[in-house]
Amino acid sequence: MTEFDHQQTAHCESGAVAALLRHNGLDLSEPMVFGLSSALTYAYIPLVKMGGMPLLAYRMPPGRIIRGVSKRLGIPFHFERFRRPTDGTTALDRYLEQGRPVGLQASVYWLPYFPENMRFHFNAHNLVAYGKEGDDYLISDPTFEEPMRADTASLQRARFVKGMLAPKGVIYYPEVITQSPDLTKAIPGAIRSTANMMLRTPLPFVGVRGIRHVARHMDKLSPANEHYNKLLIGHMVRMQEEIGTGGAGFRFLFASFLQESAGILSNDGLKAAADQFTDAGDEWRRFALYAAKMLKGRSTLDYGKLATQLRQVAEMEQQGYRMLLDLKLR
Amino acid sequence: MKVDEVPQDDSKSFEGQRKRLYARNADGEYTTALSSGWEAEDVVLDQAVEEYNRFTREARERVQRGISSPLEYHMYAHRMDLTVLAQATGLFRWQVRRHLKPSVFSRLSPRKLQRYEEAFQMTSEQLRTLPAEDDKNND
Repeated sequence: MTEFDHQQTAHCESGAVAALLRHNGLDLSEPMVFGLSSALTYAYIPLVKMGGMPLLAYRMPPGRIIRGVSKRLGIPFHFERFRRPTDGTTALDRYLEQGRPVGLQASVYWLPYFPENMRFHFNAHNLVAYGKEGDDYLISDPTFEEPMRADTASLQRARFVKGMLAPKGVIYYPEVITQSPDLTKAIPGAIRSTANMMLRTPLPFVGVRGIRHVARHMDKLSPANEHYNKLLIGHMVRMQEEIGTGGAGFRFLFASFLQESAGILSNDGLKAAADQFTDAGDEWRRFALYAAKMLKGRSTLDYGKLATQLRQVAEMEQQGYRMLLDLKLR
Repeated sequence: MKVDEVPQDDSKSFEGQRKRLYARNADGEYTTALSSGWEAEDVVLDQAVEEYNRFTREARERVQRGISSPLEYHMYAHRMDLTVLAQATGLFRWQVRRHLKPSVFSRLSPRKLQRYEEAFQMTSEQLRTLPAEDDKNND
C-alpha cells in the first residue's frame, strides 16, 4: 500500500495541491500554495445563484489554485476527465495500483464521511485518493484531521454528479518535478496579481469596489424582505467561514503567505502587510459576529451597522493591497 | 486572530471533527490551530439547514393534500432546488416544474423517472412515496 503523509489544511484545493506536491518531493506550505496561485479575491455576482443566493466568492473559481501554482512554478499537471463513471473508476484504480496518489474533485453531498449538516450540493470539493482496500478507497481529504474512507459506489457517485462545476470524474496529479522552483522569482508576480485584481479591476462587484458595492447594497435592504435579507446575511457569513477558508474568507491564510514570503524575500514591508491583512481578517470576523448576533436575535437587525462594518473591511483591505503594490516587488 | 482566540465552541454540526484555522502564536508568527467550532458559524449553518427543512415540511403537506407530487418533497429533502435538480437530472427547469404537478408526475415514463431515481439515489418505490414522518434521510 502506498504510504501517504496526510496533513490537515484549512482549504481543500490548496491542501490537495500541497499534499500532491509534497508526495512528489516538493514541500510547500498551504499558504504558499494559496498565495502563489493568486487565489485571493472578492466577487459578488447576483446573476449567478447558488442555492438561491447570489454568488459570493472570497477566492478565484475552482481549479485556479491547481492551475495557478502549475503556471507560476512551471510544474505541469496532468488532467483527465471521463464520460462514463465506470471508466473514471477503472482509471482511478489503475493509478492507485501503480502506487500513484491522485487528486480528485467530488460533490460534498455524496461523500459518506462528510458530517450531515455540511452536506450541500457543492461539486468542486478536492481530495486525494492514495490507496484502495477491498471496496474502500483510502482518502486524504485535506479538510479532515485523519485519513478517511469512501466505498467505491459512493465515490463514483460523488465524482460524477451533474450540475454546476460538475467534476466529470477529473483526476489530476503533478507531472515530474525536475527542480526546486525559485520562490523569490515566483512570489512577487503572484502578489502583484492579487493586489492589482483587488484594487484595479474596473468591474464594480469585484475586489475592494465589490466589498463597498455590497456595503451599499446592505444599506438599501428593505425591512419588508426581512426573511430573505437574513438568509443573504447568513449566506455571506457561510461563504466567509463555513466552507473552509482558514478563517475570515482566506484573509488569515493570505496573511500567513505574506509573512512566509517576508522571510523568503527578506522584506519587512511584507511583514507589515501581513499585519494589515490580519487586521482586515479580524474585521471580517467582527462582521460575522455582528451578523450572527443579529440572526440569533441577540441584537437588533441593523443593516446599516453591517454596512458600516463592511466599509471598515474595505478600507483595511484597500490599504493592504496599496502597501503590497508600493513595495514594488520584483 | 491569535491562537488563544481561536473559538472552541464544540459545534454539534462538526460531529466531533475539528477545523484548521490560521492564527498567530505568542511571538506573532502564523501557525495553524484546530477549532472545534464557532458559534457564529453554527448560527448561519443552522439557518441554511433549517430553510431546507422548512421547505421539506411544507412540501410534505402539499404532497399529502395532493397539490404537489412527491418529487417536490424529495427535492427539498435532498437540499436541492429547482435549478440543482434540473442540472442533476439533465432536464430543463420548466420540465422539472411540470413534474411537480401530481397529474404530470403520475404519467411519467420509467425513463424519466429513472433520471430522478439516479439523481436522488432512490428506488422507484421510494420516489413515488413519502417516507415516514421521522425519516428525513433518503439517501
